Amino acid sequence: MDAILLQLLNGLDKGSAYALIALGLTLIFGTLGVVNFAHGAIFMIGSFCAVTLSKIFALSHKAAEPSGKDFLGNPKYDDVLYITEWFGEDIGNWMIDWSVPLAILFAIPIMLLIGYIMERGLIKHFYKRPHADQILVTFGLAIVLQEVIKYFYGANPIPTASPEALRGSFDFGVLIGFEPNAIIYPVWRLVYFAFSALIIGAVFAFLQFTTFGMVVRAGMADRETVGLLGINIDKRFTIMFGIAAAVAGLAGVMYAPINSPNYHMGMDFLVLSFVVVVVGGMGSLPGAVLAGFLLGIVESFASMNEIKAIIPGIDQIIIYVVAIVILLTRPRGLMGRKGVMEE
Amino acid sequence: MLGLEKRDTLLLIVVACLVTFAPILLNPFPADSSMAQFNAGYPDLMQRFVIFGIFAIGFNILFGLTGYLSFGHAAFLGVGSYSAVWMMKLLTMNVIPAIALSVIVAGLFSVLIGYVSLRRSGIYFSILTLAFAQMSFNLAYSVLTPITNGETGLQITLNDPRILDGAGAPSYPNLFGAQMNEATTLFFGGWSFTFSVGYYLCAVIMLISFYLAIRIFRSPFGMMLRAVKSNQQRMNYTGLNTKPYTLAAFVISGMYAGLAGGLLASMDPLAGAERMQWTASGEVVLMTILGGAGTLIGPVLGAGFIKYFENIFSKINKATLEGWFAFMPDGIEEFFVAIIYPFVGKGWHLTLGLLFMMVVIFLPGGLVEGGQRIGKMFRRRDRKSSDAELSAAQQRQVPPAE
Repeated sequence: MDAILLQLLNGLDKGSAYALIALGLTLIFGTLGVVNFAHGAIFMIGSFCAVTLSKIFALSHKAAEPSGKDFLGNPKYDDVLYITEWFGEDIGNWMIDWSVPLAILFAIPIMLLIGYIMERGLIKHFYKRPHADQILVTFGLAIVLQEVIKYFYGANPIPTASPEALRGSFDFGVLIGFEPNAIIYPVWRLVYFAFSALIIGAVFAFLQFTTFGMVVRAGMADRETVGLLGINIDKRFTIMFGIAAAVAGLAGVMYAPINSPNYHMGMDFLVLSFVVVVVGGMGSLPGAVLAGFLLGIVESFASMNEIKAIIPGIDQIIIYVVAIVILLTRPRGLMGRKGVMEE
Repeated sequence: MLGLEKRDTLLLIVVACLVTFAPILLNPFPADSSMAQFNAGYPDLMQRFVIFGIFAIGFNILFGLTGYLSFGHAAFLGVGSYSAVWMMKLLTMNVIPAIALSVIVAGLFSVLIGYVSLRRSGIYFSILTLAFAQMSFNLAYSVLTPITNGETGLQITLNDPRILDGAGAPSYPNLFGAQMNEATTLFFGGWSFTFSVGYYLCAVIMLISFYLAIRIFRSPFGMMLRAVKSNQQRMNYTGLNTKPYTLAAFVISGMYAGLAGGLLASMDPLAGAERMQWTASGEVVLMTILGGAGTLIGPVLGAGFIKYFENIFSKINKATLEGWFAFMPDGIEEFFVAIIYPFVGKGWHLTLGLLFMMVVIFLPGGLVEGGQRIGKMFRRRDRKSSDAELSAAQQRQVPPAE
């Protein structure tokens, strides 16, 4: 029982990442009808926002130490972090420690901007082109973004630590009546899950309870009519593209401590999140979230030793097997709408 | 000739000439000159030109004619490589059985995958093929290690059985005794040209597959595939089942990929799982689009183009660049080197990505369409152009694929 619960929890953090990326993909697809292969690269850029912020915080300059001279009698220099100088010792160190959560604030404007530029500069010209062209051009864009990041940050993964307070693990089992040490779970993963639940909730609330969201939903249902009513739907869709990029970016920021950011992590996640979107049903937001968590959990169950003993290697392919079975039996995906991408 | 129209015969002859004289044509710079690094006439690279040409020709039969965008073709290449290496381990070092087996196995494998994937179309088809390919890649890396040798890759060893080979048989892939890495080098003034056995074997096979592709393009079967691309629904409504046609196209292109994989393994008896990764599938898509999907010569051009620049661009390092701009004043030199450096050497993929985006945005027909546009501009400017140019331009004009 505790083993099953542990796998369930293990599946949640990966599932959260899948769900967030798939949510963004579906937002873009549902609003603009564009298949965005560069979405994984946006996730990756989000991760590198966290890296960048911690690098910025680590900027320092040399300052002469007032008290001492070294043994040759030369004045002694110390590395002084700008951040401690500006904000004081305590706040500065706290900010360095909490650089990953702080990167959220840093990433939101950047990701919105990237999304906006991408849509206005490139994707806009591809609405009327076939899906194959959209796939190809965003695939090219993904390569470019990936290589740019590789040029500036190198090819090696960059470890990024979570705040010290959230670094340990946490005895989850005790809370729900298991023996101590039965279910040990890293705190950061719980934080990640809570964070993604928050984001997902926020996106749904935004679409459901605001006028802006209502217009967007109307546009998803019938773009032309909304346009005829005198609403500038294109502009709102552009903003939705930015929001989708921000969602993927934030997923990336918070994922940095779990998986050290490297330049090709976007591609790795992209393939899986496309599978997630297709399983959930193209264009269905709840479907994407559901499928994300579902596949994350299924994957973590498949990597249990007991199951691997029965079917070796199942953990490597389970997601694809599930996807193939679902696509063949329920062509529309779990919650796909009728008439979306059906040829 | 050979059941081809005049135009196609001409095209085939031109390609045959280019391929035959490639060792000379691709070595335009003397061996000891500073431009020698742009020479592409060494066997290893030329083999890759033609092998990936075969791969792209096959991919084009599926994507160019039917419009089904497969993102998993590298799986067939990988399967082909593995079966070829196994053949060389178990039976004989002769490449003929190895290549034959790789085509057959890849064909069977593609029947399986095609049958399932082709139940869906559009983006779903792309995702399904991608899922199958990633699955094969993951399996090759993990569970199938006894067959694929996992991360190390499958290699031939001295104590492999090789039932058909006698004691004195060559220990390198060969064609009835002629080893694949044998080569003759001709020196001609400052130039040196290398003619290798392996390259010419690949070249002959490539010409045969190119000929077959032309026949497929011009056949009623090819017309049927084009009809699938332009309006599959209408085909279905007229009471025609398109599935056998698309499946046949899928299997044919899978066999081409297997052939390419088998040739890769024959030139260098080694097969690794990374050949099946989805970036490898992406590469063949890039080649086909870059050259011009749906055209005959496009995929070959695209494959040559990408493989050439991959080799040459990635060789340029900072010192080379500094050498080129040495004639400039110091500050300006550094400026130029700093600007160009990210795009060459290790940054070659950045250039590739940018180029690919440019092609998709501005030139959806690829290099072939670019050539046609230039040809048209030329004709408009100079209406009384000679007949020879006209026929050359016409020969490039392949019937529109849509």
